[in-house]
Amino acid sequence: MSTPDDKQPVKKMSIIVSRGSLDGIYPALIMANGARMEGIEASLFFTFFGLNALANKTLDHLKVSTVGNAALNMAMPMLGLPITMPFPTVMGAIPGVSAFATHLMNKEMEKLDIPPVREFLELISDSGGKIFACKLAMDMFKLKKEDLMDRVDDVLTVGQFYEESAGAGTHILFT
Amino acid sequence: MKKTIAGTEIDVNEEGYLTDASQWNEAIAAAIATEEGIGALTEAHMKVVRYLREQQAKGAALTIRSMGKSGVVTTKELYDLFPGGPLKKSSKIAGIPKPVGCI
Repeated sequence: MSTPDDKQPVKKMSIIVSRGSLDGIYPALIMANGARMEGIEASLFFTFFGLNALANKTLDHLKVSTVGNAALNMAMPMLGLPITMPFPTVMGAIPGVSAFATHLMNKEMEKLDIPPVREFLELISDSGGKIFACKLAMDMFKLKKEDLMDRVDDVLTVGQFYEESAGAGTHILFT
Repeated sequence: MKKTIAGTEIDVNEEGYLTDASQWNEAIAAAIATEEGIGALTEAHMKVVRYLREQQAKGAALTIRSMGKSGVVTTKELYDLFPGGPLKKSSKIAGIPKPVGCI
């Protein structure tokens, strides 16, 4: 298929993941996997709380944030409630509520064939996508490479990440 | 629109996907594979193509995850067999509609 010169295709997506909640991590995984499916190269760079998605201790237990998440609304169809109001922050703080919201979201995602985080990272890795951890954030959280899941390709400095992202047609996305 | 592939006139959409899966045959698959830069189709390609057609006939939604779990092909193999868009290209060669999902 011909592509006009003024519409150069995206060649590579370098996605920086800085948030560690379930809702903070999934969009990046979906965009990276989607890129690979379109034949676009993909790299994920996990920094700060984004490392939650790579650390073996946390990655299978990520939660939806129910406190201070103004976007979470009682009107979400999965709750099946006839009201529209922001999810009350005090309710979000009750033990178990975040786990329940997470359970609901995981159930809906499974229906759409969206894999759990570990399987999703394996899928992206199998598809040729690269998974990197931020060295500075690793030092800050006192994490070592062996604390991370086995599909992590490397621990990189910011400079190395930019080098890795080199090339015309690369897009860097911060999430 | 009409297009002549491998000596047969078939109906395709503007992206070249067959609009009637029953018009498909292996010669058409081979011709589309060449157009898509996949080259000669091996038995491994054809296993995927046949699986896709079976699933499509059943009305199943096809995702890259379901392909990897199918037992027909691993995710890695699928990417190696159909470089540059595993699900899109294999669907086109299989004569089924372009997958609409994001996964």
